[in-house]
Amino acid sequence: MSPRRLSRVAVSATTLVLAGSLAACGSSGPSGGGGGGDAAQVWALQDTTLNPIEQASIDRFNESSKVGDVELQTFGNDPYKQRLRTAINSANAPDVFFNWGGGNLKEYVDAGKIEDLTPMLDENPELRDAFLPSVLAGAEIDGKQYGLPMRGVQPVLLFNNKEVLASAGIDGSPATWDDLLADVAALKAKGITPIALAGSQSWTELMWAEYLLDRVGGPEVFQNIRDGKNGGWAQPEVLQAMTMLKELIDAGAFGEDFASVGYDVGGASTILAEGQAGFHLMGSWEFTNQLGQSPDFVKAGNLGYGPFPAVTGGKGDPSNLVGNVSNFYSITKDSDAKEAAEEYVKTALTDETYVSDLVEAGDVMPITGVRDQLAAGDNADYTTTIYDQVANAQNFQLSWDQDLQADVATKMLTELQNFFLGEQTPEGFVSALAG
Amino acid sequence: MAAQGRERPSGWYLTPALTFFGVFAVLPMVLVVYLSFTDWDGFGFPSPSGAGNWSRLVSDPEVRHSLGLTLVFMVLGWVVQTPIALLIGVWAAGRQRNRAVLSSIFFLPVLLSTAAIALLWHSVLDPNFGLTQQLPVLDRFNFLGDPSIVVYTVAWVLTWQFVPFHTLLYQSAARGIPVSIYEAATIDGAGRYRQFFRITLPLLRYTVITSTVLMLVGSVTTFDTILILTNGGPGTATRIAPLYMYQVGFSGFEFGYASTIAVVLLVLGAGLSLAVTRLTGFRAMTSQQEGL
Repeated sequence: MSPRRLSRVAVSATTLVLAGSLAACGSSGPSGGGGGGDAAQVWALQDTTLNPIEQASIDRFNESSKVGDVELQTFGNDPYKQRLRTAINSANAPDVFFNWGGGNLKEYVDAGKIEDLTPMLDENPELRDAFLPSVLAGAEIDGKQYGLPMRGVQPVLLFNNKEVLASAGIDGSPATWDDLLADVAALKAKGITPIALAGSQSWTELMWAEYLLDRVGGPEVFQNIRDGKNGGWAQPEVLQAMTMLKELIDAGAFGEDFASVGYDVGGASTILAEGQAGFHLMGSWEFTNQLGQSPDFVKAGNLGYGPFPAVTGGKGDPSNLVGNVSNFYSITKDSDAKEAAEEYVKTALTDETYVSDLVEAGDVMPITGVRDQLAAGDNADYTTTIYDQVANAQNFQLSWDQDLQADVATKMLTELQNFFLGEQTPEGFVSALAG
Repeated sequence: MAAQGRERPSGWYLTPALTFFGVFAVLPMVLVVYLSFTDWDGFGFPSPSGAGNWSRLVSDPEVRHSLGLTLVFMVLGWVVQTPIALLIGVWAAGRQRNRAVLSSIFFLPVLLSTAAIALLWHSVLDPNFGLTQQLPVLDRFNFLGDPSIVVYTVAWVLTWQFVPFHTLLYQSAARGIPVSIYEAATIDGAGRYRQFFRITLPLLRYTVITSTVLMLVGSVTTFDTILILTNGGPGTATRIAPLYMYQVGFSGFEFGYASTIAVVLLVLGAGLSLAVTRLTGFRAMTSQQEGL
């Protein structure tokens, strides 16, 4: 072959390859994605325990469904929000999708992407009554219902290592903020990090700010911030709460290394389980997490838990909770398999087998009357505690990072991380966010 | 004319490359410039916002901080990586068997994915359960959590990650230097060091430039290692400009403002690579091996 001929062959081969790759780019995207018009696509977060239960529920639905099938797609936590945001405008949008309710869902509602479920609940009052009202409120926006609870409630609790507390002469969860400060001092004197904190992930630090502001000023303060009322972040209660938090940090409550401790890699939980720390403020999923990672620790009965302490003279009721109210299924307005989507959401979430499967997995579904089931199941003490806390809470505030607009939330988390590192004063934190 | 026609292929031969470049390089660049003048939260269509994003950019202290950090990593990266890569590369160019074996160990990080490298170093340096906590002296440092140390930690991991690649460049370039030049130098009485500084180094000049451009432009775009290793933390201590852009865009969903930061990075990267090639006369592309 002459060099000339060779180069011609090479060029045409290259062209073919390029044309092929260009064509491939044009048809990218998940092959089983929605918009196909066949099965309604249900998007949920990956979870090794819960996904099989959700899949089983969908299988049962599909067996008897007369309005079409439903199909489950799951995604990892971090990429999920990006995926959803970019897909919602496209033909690959899901028909039913997992969300956290609150301000995050509101952005989608405001963009006109979400189906109003109020008519469905009006037609089926027994469906509305099936859920705990404080939890249903998590997906209520401007008086309309845009989602139904599909997984358990996840309030934030103050966990502790009973053995460690006992060694420092502390009996049980602190009832007040002053008790907590005393416990911190006692643990420090023993050379133990008082509180485990996965500070490389700012949402763990956020839990402290959320609870303190609630205890100091009541739930209205944050609601004003979210709704842009009454001066927002500049309300005096914010500064007061952040100053108290600063005292806690300066007292060395979180030790020296928290800034590089993670939660996803099991950092903070392991620190608690191995007795390197006394307390750990975390969502209710911490129990399942400890059960999986350090089963001996939990089975020996050393994992204690209690509500966040009260602040003497504060306006917030000690029964108030923060955390993930629940996860919700919402239906997209442009869904082309809406009948199946609506039927699934209407019938499957209160289905007895689905609820009892979740209860068995340790998830506390916000269904009225599930308490007896919980009391008869495994870890009854823990699950009934959670259920009672949620049922009796005066207010259940959704995590701020889910309830605020995404851009505000991102900025807040950055400022908060600087605050915990001591690079930002309480005043600086307030003025950075009040703008 | 006929002779020339035979040497130069027809302009149509450019089509595949041009199409590819147009669709995957020029088009996104144009789009990102357009987006930088809009507000877009991912829903519906971008709404024009004039120069709003740009005035915000100018007054945003986080942008200044993150660009400064990018610059620190750029300079630190170049100053540390270039000599190491050059020396190992030239050394590895030798044909001795032990060098071949050792070089293949040195090149190992090239084969690892960024995520694996970042996770590996994260678990080595973890202040609670990391390997460094089991060692004397090192256990006194919090490599990932102390804002004054973490910059050097990240620079170290990036060095570990990228030196092997640049070493490969130098190794192949050094192997391309004709042995006859060294033989002549030996006859002229030049020693090892003299040979290195008078022959090897000047002949590797274009490789140094190539590697420099790759490093400089690379440091404008690297962020995956840092995302996994520190996620910009603690606080904002390692939040370089590309990571800030990513967070503004994909956590805050302010695609307009994120595009504005992207344009700055684009200009910075293109400017740097132009400046380096121009200042060094790289574009002339004359042969460095006279008489060969």
